[in-house]
Amino acid sequence: MSPVSRGFHRKREAAPADRVPPGQYVTRDFPVLSAGPTPHTPLSAWTFSISGGREPKSWTWEEFRALPTETLTRDIHCVTRWSKLDTTWQGVSLDVLLAAVEYESRYALAFSDGGYTTNLPVADLLGGKAWVAFNYEGAPLGAEHGGPARLLVPHLYFWKSAKWVRGLRLRDTDEPGFWENYGYHIYGDPWREQRYAGD
Amino acid sequence: MAGTAVRGRLTWQIATVARVTRETASTVTLLLEVPGWPGHRAGQHVDIRLTSDDGYQAERAYSIASAPGEPLTITVERLDDGEVSPYLTEEARPGDQLEVRGPIGGYFVWEAETGGPLLLAAGGSGVVPLRAIVRERSLAGSSVPVRLLYSSRSWEDVIYSSELDSPPDGVEVIHTLTRSQPPSWHGYARRVDRQMLAEVAWPSADRPLAYVCGPTNFVEAVAAGLVGLGYPAGRVKTERFGATGQ
Amino acid sequence: MDDDTLDGNAIGGLLAEVFGADMTMAVSTCASCGAVSVVAELAVYRPRLGTVVRCRSCDSVLMVFVSLHGTTCTDLMGLASLS
Repeated sequence: MSPVSRGFHRKREAAPADRVPPGQYVTRDFPVLSAGPTPHTPLSAWTFSISGGREPKSWTWEEFRALPTETLTRDIHCVTRWSKLDTTWQGVSLDVLLAAVEYESRYALAFSDGGYTTNLPVADLLGGKAWVAFNYEGAPLGAEHGGPARLLVPHLYFWKSAKWVRGLRLRDTDEPGFWENYGYHIYGDPWREQRYAGD
Repeated sequence: MAGTAVRGRLTWQIATVARVTRETASTVTLLLEVPGWPGHRAGQHVDIRLTSDDGYQAERAYSIASAPGEPLTITVERLDDGEVSPYLTEEARPGDQLEVRGPIGGYFVWEAETGGPLLLAAGGSGVVPLRAIVRERSLAGSSVPVRLLYSSRSWEDVIYSSELDSPPDGVEVIHTLTRSQPPSWHGYARRVDRQMLAEVAWPSADRPLAYVCGPTNFVEAVAAGLVGLGYPAGRVKTERFGATGQ
Repeated sequence: MDDDTLDGNAIGGLLAEVFGADMTMAVSTCASCGAVSVVAELAVYRPRLGTVVRCRSCDSVLMVFVSLHGTTCTDLMGLASLS
Protein backbone atom coordinates (compact mmCIF):
# COMPACT_ATOMS: atom_id res chain seq x y z
CA MET A 1 0.00 0.00 0.00
CA SER A 2 1.48 3.31 -1.03
CA PRO A 3 1.50 5.95 1.69
CA VAL A 4 -0.57 9.03 0.99
CA SER A 5 1.59 12.07 0.32
CA ARG A 6 -0.01 14.67 2.55
CA GLY A 7 -1.44 17.56 0.63
CA PHE A 8 -0.91 16.10 -2.85
CA HIS A 9 -3.88 16.49 -5.16
CA ARG A 10 -4.42 16.43 -8.86
CA LYS A 11 -5.39 19.83 -10.25
CA ARG A 12 -8.99 19.71 -11.23
CA GLU A 13 -11.65 22.21 -12.19
CA ALA A 14 -15.21 22.08 -10.95
CA ALA A 15 -17.67 21.00 -13.62
CA PRO A 16 -21.27 19.82 -13.89
CA ALA A 17 -21.33 16.08 -13.33
CA ASP A 18 -23.35 15.38 -16.45
CA ARG A 19 -20.53 16.80 -18.58
CA VAL A 20 -17.84 14.59 -17.06
CA PRO A 21 -17.67 10.93 -18.05
CA PRO A 22 -16.85 8.38 -15.34
CA GLY A 23 -13.28 8.51 -14.05
CA GLN A 24 -12.47 11.81 -15.72
CA TYR A 25 -11.39 15.16 -14.26
CA VAL A 26 -11.75 18.52 -15.94
CA THR A 27 -8.74 20.61 -16.83
CA ARG A 28 -8.14 23.97 -18.48
CA ASP A 29 -4.83 22.68 -19.82
CA PHE A 30 -4.47 21.08 -23.21
CA PRO A 31 -1.71 18.52 -22.68
CA VAL A 32 0.39 17.60 -25.69
CA LEU A 33 0.59 13.83 -25.86
CA SER A 34 2.53 12.49 -28.84
CA ALA A 35 3.87 9.04 -29.63
CA GLY A 36 6.47 10.40 -32.00
CA PRO A 37 8.11 13.50 -33.44
CA THR A 38 5.88 16.31 -34.72
CA PRO A 39 5.65 16.06 -38.49
CA HIS A 40 6.07 19.19 -40.57
CA THR A 41 4.52 18.36 -43.90
CA PRO A 42 4.39 21.49 -46.06
CA LEU A 43 0.87 22.39 -47.17
CA SER A 44 2.02 22.11 -50.78
CA ALA A 45 2.63 18.41 -50.18
CA TRP A 46 -0.40 17.76 -47.92
CA THR A 47 -3.29 15.65 -49.15
CA PHE A 48 -6.24 13.97 -47.49
CA SER A 49 -7.21 10.74 -49.20
CA ILE A 50 -9.87 8.11 -48.82
CA SER A 51 -9.09 4.67 -50.22
CA GLY A 52 -10.99 1.41 -50.16
CA GLY A 53 -14.09 2.76 -51.87
CA ARG A 54 -14.98 2.21 -55.49
CA GLU A 55 -12.29 4.69 -56.47
CA PRO A 56 -9.67 6.45 -54.39
CA LYS A 57 -10.35 10.12 -53.69
CA SER A 58 -7.86 12.74 -52.65
CA TRP A 59 -7.91 16.46 -51.86
CA THR A 60 -5.00 18.87 -51.89
CA TRP A 61 -4.89 21.49 -49.13
CA GLU A 62 -6.49 24.06 -51.44
CA GLU A 63 -9.22 21.65 -52.47
CA PHE A 64 -9.79 20.63 -48.86
CA ARG A 65 -10.07 24.24 -47.69
CA ALA A 66 -12.52 25.00 -50.45
CA LEU A 67 -14.98 22.50 -48.96
CA PRO A 68 -17.76 23.72 -46.69
CA THR A 69 -16.63 24.05 -43.09
CA GLU A 70 -18.30 24.10 -39.71
CA THR A 71 -17.43 25.74 -36.44
CA LEU A 72 -18.25 23.53 -33.49
CA THR A 73 -17.83 23.50 -29.73
CA ARG A 74 -17.45 20.19 -27.98
CA ASP A 75 -16.08 18.56 -24.89
CA ILE A 76 -13.11 16.27 -25.39
CA HIS A 77 -12.13 13.34 -23.21
CA CYS A 78 -8.71 11.72 -23.08
CA VAL A 79 -8.28 8.15 -21.90
CA THR A 80 -5.56 9.44 -19.57
CA ARG A 81 -8.49 10.88 -17.59
CA TRP A 82 -8.46 14.56 -18.44
CA SER A 83 -11.49 16.20 -20.02
CA LYS A 84 -11.57 19.65 -21.52
CA LEU A 85 -14.96 21.29 -21.90
CA ASP A 86 -16.21 23.62 -24.59
CA THR A 87 -13.33 23.37 -27.02
CA THR A 88 -13.99 25.19 -30.26
CA TRP A 89 -12.86 23.92 -33.62
CA GLN A 90 -13.34 24.61 -37.28
CA GLY A 91 -13.21 21.78 -39.76
CA VAL A 92 -14.70 19.88 -42.63
CA SER A 93 -17.28 17.29 -41.67
CA LEU A 94 -16.56 13.68 -42.55
CA ASP A 95 -20.12 13.64 -43.91
CA VAL A 96 -18.87 15.99 -46.64
CA LEU A 97 -15.67 14.02 -47.28
CA LEU A 98 -17.30 10.59 -47.32
CA ALA A 99 -20.11 11.86 -49.57
CA ALA A 100 -17.49 12.19 -52.30
CA VAL A 101 -16.74 8.47 -52.24
CA GLU A 102 -18.79 5.43 -53.19
CA TYR A 103 -18.14 2.70 -50.67
CA GLU A 104 -19.68 -0.19 -48.82
CA SER A 105 -17.13 -0.63 -46.05
CA ARG A 106 -18.28 -0.38 -42.47
CA TYR A 107 -14.92 0.35 -40.90
CA ALA A 108 -12.13 2.84 -41.39
CA LEU A 109 -8.52 3.13 -40.39
CA ALA A 110 -7.43 6.75 -40.06
CA PHE A 111 -3.74 7.24 -40.80
CA SER A 112 -1.41 10.11 -40.10
CA ASP A 113 1.98 11.53 -40.96
CA GLY A 114 4.54 9.72 -38.81
CA GLY A 115 2.69 6.40 -39.03
CA TYR A 116 0.01 6.75 -36.36
CA THR A 117 -3.24 4.92 -37.01
CA THR A 118 -6.56 4.49 -35.26
CA ASN A 119 -9.65 2.53 -36.24
CA LEU A 120 -13.29 3.58 -36.16
CA PRO A 121 -16.62 2.32 -37.48
CA VAL A 122 -17.70 4.43 -40.46
CA ALA A 123 -20.99 5.01 -38.63
CA ASP A 124 -19.03 6.97 -36.01
CA LEU A 125 -17.65 9.24 -38.71
CA LEU A 126 -21.09 10.08 -40.09
CA GLY A 127 -24.11 12.01 -38.85
CA GLY A 128 -22.33 15.13 -37.69
CA LYS A 129 -19.97 13.30 -35.31
CA ALA A 130 -16.57 13.75 -36.94
CA TRP A 131 -14.48 16.39 -38.67
CA VAL A 132 -11.09 16.99 -40.13
CA ALA A 133 -10.28 20.06 -38.04
CA PHE A 134 -7.79 22.75 -39.05
CA ASN A 135 -8.58 25.54 -36.59
CA TYR A 136 -8.64 25.41 -32.81
CA GLU A 137 -10.00 28.31 -30.74
CA GLY A 138 -10.16 30.47 -33.83
CA ALA A 139 -6.56 30.04 -34.94
CA PRO A 140 -4.78 27.55 -37.20
CA LEU A 141 -4.22 24.31 -35.34
CA GLY A 142 -0.68 24.26 -33.96
CA ALA A 143 1.64 21.49 -35.09
CA GLU A 144 2.00 20.10 -31.57
CA HIS A 145 -1.79 19.62 -31.41
CA GLY A 146 -1.99 17.95 -34.81
CA GLY A 147 -1.83 20.80 -37.31
CA PRO A 148 -2.29 21.45 -40.15
CA ALA A 149 -5.28 19.15 -39.66
CA ARG A 150 -6.36 16.42 -37.30
CA LEU A 151 -9.25 14.06 -37.09
CA LEU A 152 -11.79 15.19 -34.49
CA VAL A 153 -14.23 12.61 -33.10
CA PRO A 154 -15.26 14.08 -29.74
CA HIS A 155 -17.74 11.37 -28.76
CA LEU A 156 -14.91 8.84 -28.45
CA TYR A 157 -11.75 8.99 -26.34
CA PHE A 158 -9.40 11.51 -27.84
CA TRP A 159 -6.78 9.01 -29.03
CA LYS A 160 -9.24 8.35 -31.86
CA SER A 161 -8.90 12.00 -32.96
CA ALA A 162 -5.74 11.31 -34.88
CA LYS A 163 -3.28 14.19 -35.06
CA TRP A 164 -1.68 14.97 -38.41
CA VAL A 165 -4.36 12.93 -40.18
CA ARG A 166 -3.77 12.30 -43.86
CA GLY A 167 -6.67 10.05 -44.74
CA LEU A 168 -8.86 7.02 -44.23
CA ARG A 169 -8.57 3.48 -45.46
CA LEU A 170 -12.04 2.00 -45.67
CA ARG A 171 -12.18 -1.68 -44.78
CA ASP A 172 -14.63 -4.48 -44.21
CA THR A 173 -13.20 -5.46 -40.85
CA ASP A 174 -12.45 -3.42 -37.76
CA GLU A 175 -8.71 -3.77 -37.37
CA PRO A 176 -6.94 -2.19 -34.46
CA GLY A 177 -4.79 0.88 -34.96
CA PHE A 178 -1.69 1.90 -33.02
CA TRP A 179 -2.97 2.10 -29.45
CA GLU A 180 -5.73 -0.44 -29.99
CA ASN A 181 -3.01 -2.96 -30.87
CA TYR A 182 -1.46 -2.41 -27.45
CA GLY A 183 -4.65 -3.08 -25.55
CA TYR A 184 -6.69 0.09 -25.71
CA HIS A 185 -10.37 -0.45 -26.41
CA ILE A 186 -11.34 -1.10 -30.01
CA TYR A 187 -14.22 1.43 -29.77
CA GLY A 188 -13.48 3.80 -26.87
CA ASP A 189 -16.75 5.30 -25.58
CA PRO A 190 -15.93 7.54 -22.61
CA TRP A 191 -19.46 7.30 -21.24
CA ARG A 192 -19.16 3.53 -20.93
CA GLU A 193 -15.54 3.98 -19.76
CA GLN A 194 -14.19 1.79 -22.54
CA ARG A 195 -10.51 2.49 -21.95
CA TYR A 196 -8.92 -0.93 -22.44
CA ALA A 197 -9.81 -4.05 -24.42
CA GLY A 198 -12.39 -6.02 -22.50
CA ASP A 199 -13.81 -3.04 -20.62
CA MET B 1 2.95 -13.38 7.20
CA ALA B 2 4.72 -12.65 3.96
CA GLY B 3 8.40 -13.49 3.84
CA THR B 4 10.94 -10.73 4.17
CA ALA B 5 10.99 -8.77 0.97
CA VAL B 6 14.40 -8.08 -0.45
CA ARG B 7 14.74 -4.34 -0.79
CA GLY B 8 15.96 -4.06 -4.31
CA ARG B 9 16.52 -1.05 -6.45
CA LEU B 10 13.56 -2.04 -8.59
CA THR B 11 10.95 -1.78 -5.89
CA TRP B 12 9.21 1.26 -4.54
CA GLN B 13 10.41 2.20 -1.09
CA ILE B 14 8.87 4.64 1.32
CA ALA B 15 10.83 7.85 1.73
CA THR B 16 10.33 10.48 4.39
CA VAL B 17 11.19 14.09 3.69
CA ALA B 18 13.78 15.01 6.29
CA ARG B 19 14.72 18.51 5.22
CA VAL B 20 13.56 21.05 2.67
CA THR B 21 16.06 23.66 1.49
CA ARG B 22 15.09 26.40 -0.92
CA GLU B 23 17.84 26.89 -3.48
CA THR B 24 16.24 29.52 -5.75
CA ALA B 25 12.77 30.97 -6.23
CA SER B 26 11.84 27.95 -8.30
CA THR B 27 14.05 25.15 -6.97
CA VAL B 28 14.08 23.21 -3.73
CA THR B 29 16.38 20.48 -2.42
CA LEU B 30 14.74 17.69 -0.50
CA LEU B 31 16.72 15.43 1.77
CA LEU B 32 15.05 12.03 1.81
CA GLU B 33 15.33 9.31 4.40
CA VAL B 34 14.93 5.87 2.91
CA PRO B 35 15.48 2.96 5.28
CA GLY B 36 17.94 0.59 3.73
CA TRP B 37 18.96 2.99 0.94
CA PRO B 38 21.54 0.99 -1.02
CA GLY B 39 23.65 3.99 -2.00
CA HIS B 40 24.03 5.46 -5.45
CA ARG B 41 26.51 6.59 -8.11
CA ALA B 42 27.06 10.19 -9.18
CA GLY B 43 24.77 11.01 -12.11
CA GLN B 44 22.00 8.56 -11.26
CA HIS B 45 18.40 9.50 -10.62
CA VAL B 46 15.42 8.27 -8.66
CA ASP B 47 11.80 7.90 -9.60
CA ILE B 48 9.50 9.64 -7.13
CA ARG B 49 5.85 8.63 -6.76
CA LEU B 50 3.16 10.61 -4.99
CA THR B 51 -0.22 9.21 -3.97
CA SER B 52 -3.20 11.40 -3.18
CA ASP B 53 -5.95 10.46 -0.78
CA ASP B 54 -8.24 9.41 -3.63
CA GLY B 55 -5.68 6.90 -4.83
CA TYR B 56 -4.40 8.96 -7.75
CA GLN B 57 -0.68 8.48 -8.34
CA ALA B 58 1.87 10.53 -10.24
CA GLU B 59 5.45 9.57 -10.91
CA ARG B 60 8.48 11.60 -12.07
CA ALA B 61 12.23 11.13 -12.35
CA TYR B 62 14.62 13.45 -10.47
CA SER B 63 18.41 13.46 -10.55
CA ILE B 64 20.23 12.78 -7.30
CA ALA B 65 22.04 15.93 -6.15
CA SER B 66 24.32 14.32 -3.61
CA ALA B 67 27.49 12.29 -4.06
CA PRO B 68 27.81 8.60 -3.23
CA GLY B 69 27.99 8.20 0.52
CA GLU B 70 26.18 11.45 1.19
CA PRO B 71 22.54 11.39 2.26
CA LEU B 72 20.07 11.09 -0.61
CA THR B 73 19.01 14.50 -1.84
CA ILE B 74 17.15 15.61 -4.94
CA THR B 75 16.81 19.15 -6.29
CA VAL B 76 13.48 19.84 -7.95
CA GLU B 77 12.60 22.70 -10.26
CA ARG B 78 9.01 23.92 -10.19
CA LEU B 79 7.40 23.68 -13.61
CA ASP B 80 4.46 26.07 -14.01
CA ASP B 81 2.18 23.49 -15.57
CA GLY B 82 3.63 20.65 -13.54
CA GLU B 83 1.72 18.30 -11.36
CA VAL B 84 4.45 16.86 -9.11
CA SER B 85 7.02 19.66 -9.02
CA PRO B 86 4.67 22.28 -7.53
CA TYR B 87 3.96 19.83 -4.71
CA LEU B 88 7.61 19.01 -4.08
CA THR B 89 8.76 22.63 -4.23
CA GLU B 90 5.92 24.34 -2.38
CA GLU B 91 4.02 21.87 -0.25
CA ALA B 92 6.34 19.08 0.90
CA ARG B 93 7.45 19.37 4.52
CA PRO B 94 9.67 17.32 6.81
CA GLY B 95 7.74 14.23 7.84
CA ASP B 96 5.82 13.91 4.59
CA GLN B 97 6.01 10.56 2.88
CA LEU B 98 6.49 9.72 -0.75
CA GLU B 99 7.82 6.71 -2.60
CA VAL B 100 11.18 6.40 -4.24
CA ARG B 101 12.53 3.84 -6.70
CA GLY B 102 16.19 3.62 -7.46
CA PRO B 103 18.94 4.49 -7.82
CA ILE B 104 18.50 4.27 -11.58
CA GLY B 105 20.93 4.55 -14.43
CA GLY B 106 24.20 3.08 -15.59
CA TYR B 107 24.98 5.36 -18.51
CA PHE B 108 25.02 8.92 -17.21
CA VAL B 109 27.30 8.10 -14.28
CA TRP B 110 30.84 9.04 -13.28
CA GLU B 111 33.31 7.80 -10.76
CA ALA B 112 36.97 8.57 -10.37
CA GLU B 113 38.06 5.58 -12.48
CA THR B 114 36.06 6.99 -15.40
CA GLY B 115 38.70 9.68 -15.72
CA GLY B 116 38.69 12.94 -17.65
CA PRO B 117 39.27 15.77 -18.32
CA LEU B 118 35.56 16.40 -17.87
CA LEU B 119 33.42 18.90 -19.72
CA LEU B 120 30.13 19.18 -17.84
CA ALA B 121 27.44 21.21 -19.61
CA ALA B 122 24.34 22.12 -17.63
CA GLY B 123 21.17 23.77 -18.85
CA GLY B 124 19.07 24.98 -15.92
CA SER B 125 18.21 22.11 -13.56
CA GLY B 126 20.50 19.90 -15.65
CA VAL B 127 23.18 21.04 -13.21
CA VAL B 128 21.83 18.65 -10.56
CA PRO B 129 23.51 15.39 -11.62
CA LEU B 130 26.62 17.30 -12.66
CA ARG B 131 26.91 18.81 -9.20
CA ALA B 132 26.77 15.27 -7.81
CA ILE B 133 29.67 14.39 -10.11
CA VAL B 134 31.71 17.36 -8.90
CA ARG B 135 31.05 16.41 -5.28
CA GLU B 136 32.02 12.80 -5.96
CA ARG B 137 35.26 13.99 -7.55
CA SER B 138 36.15 15.76 -4.29
CA LEU B 139 35.12 12.87 -2.06
CA ALA B 140 37.10 10.42 -4.17
CA GLY B 141 40.16 12.65 -4.06
CA SER B 142 40.30 12.84 -7.84
CA SER B 143 42.28 15.57 -9.55
CA VAL B 144 40.71 15.14 -12.97
CA PRO B 145 40.36 18.63 -14.52
CA VAL B 146 36.72 19.75 -14.79
CA ARG B 147 35.06 22.59 -16.60
CA LEU B 148 31.39 23.09 -15.78
CA LEU B 149 29.61 25.26 -18.32
CA TYR B 150 26.33 26.24 -16.67
CA SER B 151 23.55 28.02 -18.54
CA SER B 152 20.87 29.78 -16.49
CA ARG B 153 18.29 32.44 -17.25
CA SER B 154 19.60 34.86 -14.62
CA TRP B 155 21.87 34.89 -11.60
CA GLU B 156 18.83 34.38 -9.34
CA ASP B 157 18.19 31.09 -11.15
CA VAL B 158 21.65 29.67 -10.49
CA ILE B 159 21.34 26.64 -8.24
CA TYR B 160 24.11 25.94 -5.70
CA SER B 161 25.55 29.37 -6.49
CA SER B 162 27.66 29.72 -3.33
CA GLU B 163 29.00 26.17 -3.68
CA LEU B 164 29.89 26.82 -7.30
CA ASP B 165 31.44 30.19 -6.41
CA SER B 166 34.16 28.44 -4.47
CA PRO B 167 34.81 25.33 -6.53
CA PRO B 168 37.47 22.82 -5.52
CA ASP B 169 40.96 22.98 -7.07
CA GLY B 170 40.90 21.80 -10.65
CA VAL B 171 37.21 22.65 -11.18
CA GLU B 172 36.35 25.72 -13.22
CA VAL B 173 32.76 26.95 -13.37
CA ILE B 174 31.78 29.06 -16.35
CA HIS B 175 28.34 30.62 -16.19
CA THR B 176 26.26 31.97 -19.00
CA LEU B 177 23.18 33.98 -18.11
CA THR B 178 20.85 33.99 -21.05
CA ARG B 179 17.99 36.31 -20.13
CA SER B 180 19.28 38.90 -17.68
CA GLN B 181 22.59 39.66 -16.02
CA PRO B 182 23.55 41.57 -12.88
CA PRO B 183 25.11 44.99 -13.34
CA SER B 184 28.86 44.71 -14.01
CA TRP B 185 28.48 41.13 -15.28
CA HIS B 186 31.46 40.27 -17.45
CA GLY B 187 30.58 36.68 -18.20
CA TYR B 188 28.73 35.08 -21.07
CA ALA B 189 25.27 36.49 -21.63
CA ARG B 190 23.77 34.27 -24.31
CA ARG B 191 22.67 30.73 -25.02
CA VAL B 192 25.47 28.24 -25.45
CA ASP B 193 26.64 28.21 -29.06
CA ARG B 194 29.52 26.78 -31.04
CA GLN B 195 31.71 29.80 -30.40
CA MET B 196 31.25 29.51 -26.65
CA LEU B 197 31.91 25.79 -26.72
CA ALA B 198 35.07 26.38 -28.75
CA GLU B 199 36.26 28.78 -26.05
CA VAL B 200 35.25 26.68 -23.06
CA ALA B 201 35.41 23.02 -23.98
CA TRP B 202 38.61 21.01 -23.55
CA PRO B 203 40.32 20.49 -26.89
CA SER B 204 39.37 17.13 -28.35
CA ALA B 205 43.07 16.23 -28.41
CA ASP B 206 42.91 16.01 -24.60
CA ARG B 207 40.46 13.12 -25.01
CA PRO B 208 37.87 14.69 -22.76
CA LEU B 209 34.62 13.16 -21.61
CA ALA B 210 31.50 15.30 -21.79
CA TYR B 211 28.30 15.04 -19.76
CA VAL B 212 25.48 17.22 -21.07
CA CYS B 213 22.24 17.56 -19.14
CA GLY B 214 19.22 19.84 -19.23
CA PRO B 215 16.30 20.68 -21.50
CA THR B 216 16.21 18.62 -24.67
CA ASN B 217 16.95 21.49 -27.05
CA PHE B 218 19.93 22.54 -24.90
CA VAL B 219 21.32 19.01 -24.88
CA GLU B 220 20.85 18.58 -28.63
CA ALA B 221 22.58 21.88 -29.41
CA VAL B 222 25.50 21.32 -27.06
CA ALA B 223 26.05 17.69 -28.03
CA ALA B 224 26.05 18.62 -31.71
CA GLY B 225 28.43 21.48 -30.98
CA LEU B 226 30.88 19.23 -29.15
CA VAL B 227 30.81 16.64 -31.91
CA GLY B 228 31.45 19.51 -34.29
CA LEU B 229 34.55 20.34 -32.24
CA GLY B 230 35.83 16.84 -32.72
CA TYR B 231 34.49 15.08 -29.64
CA PRO B 232 33.70 11.48 -30.59
CA ALA B 233 29.95 10.90 -30.14
CA GLY B 234 30.77 8.05 -27.78
CA ARG B 235 32.51 10.47 -25.41
CA VAL B 236 29.52 12.82 -25.16
CA LYS B 237 26.98 11.53 -22.67
CA THR B 238 23.55 13.11 -22.78
CA GLU B 239 20.57 13.28 -20.45
CA ARG B 240 17.51 15.11 -21.74
CA PHE B 241 14.98 16.57 -19.35
CA GLY B 242 12.37 17.36 -22.01
CA ALA B 243 10.84 20.79 -22.38
CA THR B 244 10.88 22.78 -19.17
CA GLY B 245 8.48 25.36 -20.48
CA GLN B 246 10.85 28.23 -19.85
CA MET C 1 12.55 15.04 -32.19
CA ASP C 2 10.80 17.84 -30.37
CA ASP C 3 11.62 19.98 -27.36
CA ASP C 4 9.88 17.54 -25.06
CA THR C 5 11.41 14.36 -26.44
CA LEU C 6 13.22 12.43 -23.76
CA ASP C 7 15.88 9.75 -23.97
CA GLY C 8 16.35 6.29 -22.53
CA ASN C 9 17.67 7.69 -19.24
CA ALA C 10 14.16 8.87 -18.38
CA ILE C 11 12.74 5.35 -18.52
CA GLY C 12 15.54 3.67 -16.64
CA GLY C 13 13.12 2.73 -13.88
CA LEU C 14 10.51 1.33 -16.28
CA LEU C 15 13.15 -0.69 -18.14
CA ALA C 16 14.62 -2.02 -14.90
CA GLU C 17 11.14 -3.12 -13.85
CA VAL C 18 10.47 -4.84 -17.19
CA PHE C 19 13.88 -6.42 -17.78
CA GLY C 20 14.99 -6.90 -14.21
CA ALA C 21 18.22 -4.98 -14.65
CA ASP C 22 19.52 -1.58 -15.66
CA MET C 23 19.15 -1.34 -19.44
CA THR C 24 20.42 2.17 -20.10
CA MET C 25 23.75 0.78 -21.29
CA ALA C 26 22.19 -2.00 -23.37
CA VAL C 27 22.88 -1.76 -27.11
CA SER C 28 19.92 -1.73 -29.48
CA THR C 29 19.86 -2.35 -33.21
CA CYS C 30 17.00 -0.89 -35.22
CA ALA C 31 15.21 -3.54 -37.30
CA SER C 32 14.32 -0.90 -39.90
CA CYS C 33 17.58 0.91 -40.60
CA GLY C 34 20.18 -1.02 -38.65
CA ALA C 35 21.25 1.95 -36.53
CA VAL C 36 23.05 0.90 -33.36
CA SER C 37 22.58 2.90 -30.16
CA VAL C 38 22.82 2.59 -26.43
CA VAL C 39 19.34 2.59 -24.98
CA ALA C 40 20.10 5.76 -22.97
CA GLU C 41 20.42 7.67 -26.23
CA LEU C 42 17.22 6.47 -27.91
CA ALA C 43 14.33 8.91 -28.45
CA VAL C 44 11.57 8.41 -25.89
CA TYR C 45 8.00 9.68 -26.07
CA ARG C 46 5.70 9.38 -23.07
CA PRO C 47 2.19 10.40 -24.08
CA ARG C 48 0.80 8.79 -20.89
CA LEU C 49 -1.11 6.19 -22.92
CA GLY C 50 2.20 4.42 -23.09
CA THR C 51 5.92 4.83 -23.64
CA VAL C 52 7.22 4.76 -27.21
CA VAL C 53 10.94 4.35 -27.87
CA ARG C 54 12.13 5.28 -31.35
CA CYS C 55 15.28 5.06 -33.40
CA ARG C 56 17.00 8.44 -33.53
CA SER C 57 18.12 7.82 -37.11
CA CYS C 58 14.88 6.80 -38.79
CA ASP C 59 12.14 7.43 -36.16
CA SER C 60 10.92 3.83 -36.41
CA VAL C 61 9.25 2.46 -33.32
CA LEU C 62 11.66 0.13 -31.47
CA MET C 63 9.82 -0.54 -28.23
CA VAL C 64 6.39 0.20 -26.80
CA PHE C 65 5.38 -0.19 -23.16
CA VAL C 66 1.74 0.09 -22.11
CA SER C 67 0.50 -0.31 -18.58
CA LEU C 68 -2.93 -1.94 -18.48
CA HIS C 69 -4.70 -2.84 -15.27
CA GLY C 70 -1.41 -2.84 -13.39
CA THR C 71 0.52 -4.97 -15.86
CA THR C 72 3.11 -3.61 -18.27
CA CYS C 73 2.79 -4.89 -21.83
CA THR C 74 5.99 -4.78 -23.78
CA ASP C 75 6.50 -4.81 -27.54
CA LEU C 76 10.07 -5.04 -28.78
CA MET C 77 9.29 -5.88 -32.40
CA GLY C 78 11.07 -2.85 -33.79
CA LEU C 79 14.40 -4.10 -32.48
CA ALA C 80 16.65 -6.36 -34.46
CA SER C 81 18.58 -6.96 -31.25
CA LEU C 82 18.99 -5.74 -27.73
CA SER C 83 22.04 -6.83 -25.78
